[in-house]
Amino acid sequence: MSEVKEAVDWAAFPDTRGHFGPYGGRFVAETLMGALDELQAIYEKYMQDPEFLAELDTDFRQFVGRPTPLYHAERLSRELGGAQVYLKREDLDHTGAHKVNNTIGQALLAKRLGKTRIIAETGAGQHGVATATVAARLGLECVVYMGAEDIQRQSPNVYRMRLLGADVVAVQSGSRTLKDALNEAMRDWVTNVDNTFYIIGTVAGPHPYPAMVRDFQSVIGREARAQHLEMTGRLPDALVACVGGGSNAIGLFHPFLGDPSVEMIGVEAGGEGIATGRHSAPLCAGQPGVLHGNRTYLMEDDDGQIVATHSISAGLDYPGVGPEHAWLKDLGRATYVSVTDEQALRAFHRMTRTEGIIPALEPSHAIAHVIDIAPRMRPDQSLVINLSGRGDKDLNTIAKLEGIEL
Amino acid sequence: MSRIARRFEETRASGRAALIPFVTAGDPAPDVTVPLMHDLVDAGADLLELGVPFSDPMADGPVIQLACERALAHGTGLRHVLEMVREFRQTDTDTPVVLMGYLNPVERMGPEVFVNAAAQAGVDGVLMVDLPPEECEDLAGLLERAGIDPIFLVAPTTSAVRLQHVAAAARGFIYYVSLKGVTGSQSLDPAILGARLEAIRAISDLPLGVGFGIRDAATAAAVAQVADAVVVGSAIVRLAEQHPEAHGQFRAAAAAVVREMRTAMDAARTATPAAV
Repeated sequence: MSEVKEAVDWAAFPDTRGHFGPYGGRFVAETLMGALDELQAIYEKYMQDPEFLAELDTDFRQFVGRPTPLYHAERLSRELGGAQVYLKREDLDHTGAHKVNNTIGQALLAKRLGKTRIIAETGAGQHGVATATVAARLGLECVVYMGAEDIQRQSPNVYRMRLLGADVVAVQSGSRTLKDALNEAMRDWVTNVDNTFYIIGTVAGPHPYPAMVRDFQSVIGREARAQHLEMTGRLPDALVACVGGGSNAIGLFHPFLGDPSVEMIGVEAGGEGIATGRHSAPLCAGQPGVLHGNRTYLMEDDDGQIVATHSISAGLDYPGVGPEHAWLKDLGRATYVSVTDEQALRAFHRMTRTEGIIPALEPSHAIAHVIDIAPRMRPDQSLVINLSGRGDKDLNTIAKLEGIEL
Repeated sequence: MSRIARRFEETRASGRAALIPFVTAGDPAPDVTVPLMHDLVDAGADLLELGVPFSDPMADGPVIQLACERALAHGTGLRHVLEMVREFRQTDTDTPVVLMGYLNPVERMGPEVFVNAAAQAGVDGVLMVDLPPEECEDLAGLLERAGIDPIFLVAPTTSAVRLQHVAAAARGFIYYVSLKGVTGSQSLDPAILGARLEAIRAISDLPLGVGFGIRDAATAAAVAQVADAVVVGSAIVRLAEQHPEAHGQFRAAAAAVVREMRTAMDAARTATPAAV
């Protein structure tokens, strides 16, 4: 495995057409190709532009609250009796999740492109809230597409988006979840491509989105790497993050790709269990295909139709995954596992009671995996979990499971 | 010469624009599709576009989305669509059939397996909506070797540079998307359209088909004056939505729309060409 890690020039990927090995690329209708070329040109230009990067950095510090802490979860570590557990506190970002790192970046690009209207898709609502937030701040019109089923289970976030001035459109087609919201946002974009900027929330979609979102989210890993070095004098032994589309995981992983000693583990939503088929774990149980503009691992049937997914967490309930994860899996640079709804719930409660931090259900999957592996590691080893969001949005879901009406 | 090229030679020679109806295979039920295809030919269709149902038709409007859902509810997949073409070919060896859909079902079947099966079934052209020329080298090569035309879209947003790429990769005909939007959107403007088509003709000799937004006979007639082919989809598929159970009524209504468009298109071409 270390041979693979050292042989790859990570900075050279994706290639100029957005490929990570056989994955990624740009699979969209012709109408969008021009807009994607334009986006790629402006993204490549401004990521080299000191003025743009300074503005992004100022927003990160003043608006998002970066750097977020790396927190040593000492009590949980002691209880687990193995590796030291560190939490990268993306739950402390403004709006309550890592999503805002990306929406700030893309909104600054939208402003430079002169677009007056922003659209987004959202699952759990975190990306929608983060998009509505930056749109409000920049005075841009904002439309957020959200599956009708997700609107039911994430109602506090729907209200937050509306307070921020966004128009939240309920998507009734297909399975009425995140993938259908993405389809609908693409349809909007194809129709209004002249004045509209589409802020995709994860490291999927047509090139340049997977690379661009990764670059905005990589601030997580850059900070975590420096903080861990400063706190312990060494690099962590492993990084653990939940993976739906995979933006928080890539954000943490990417700055460590060139550190062969650092293991990377992505945790997918196992739902009711992989064997039941009711899950959202394409890397663990899917196969390569093409959806939403990129080639990647998908959950599909024998006819190539995308199948319904399931997860207790709306943010992981997606049948695809970012193409860079697909590639890291094939290379063996990262490994991907799954955690069931039930394990995630137990981890949610344990983190809440042990550390006084209420995590979102998405990173609760990563916590569950750490609860499993940390005891088998030595106390002089360490793990970093990306605590990608806070759990306020999930209180209704949790309370309902316990028979409590809020 | 391919069936598509031959058919365009015929329509050009007779001074007509070709009429290409689109229907989603398996909508509203699998056993409707082949008889419907024959009906559409009898009503004046020159080529047929057969939609391959997909669960996530990103470039389609609500009419075709719902058609996909109805077809998938009956389990109509790519294998069945190829079977329908084979059955159609048993009694019609002249009318070109173009499959239109999304890449993933083809990827799942395997490009080689798909291309061989499509050639054997009698498919003449393949248009994958989410497969631009940049990503299609492998599939386009396989299709060409099997004598099937890879067909590509050109959009109002396609730059001059991209147009060169698309024209170089395209065979059969070029499908011009008449407006920014999904299938079944608002009506197009024939005046702007004429200028766009001239720009494409400057670099490609292929026939130009125009689709998206042609919802009535008057629009079809106007487009027929500037294009080599008129593609009509949502206006027909919408009828399946209106007659989900009454299959006979749906077939009759679909044929009537095609007949009406055929008449209007031919009348417009024989009249003194209007400035459109």
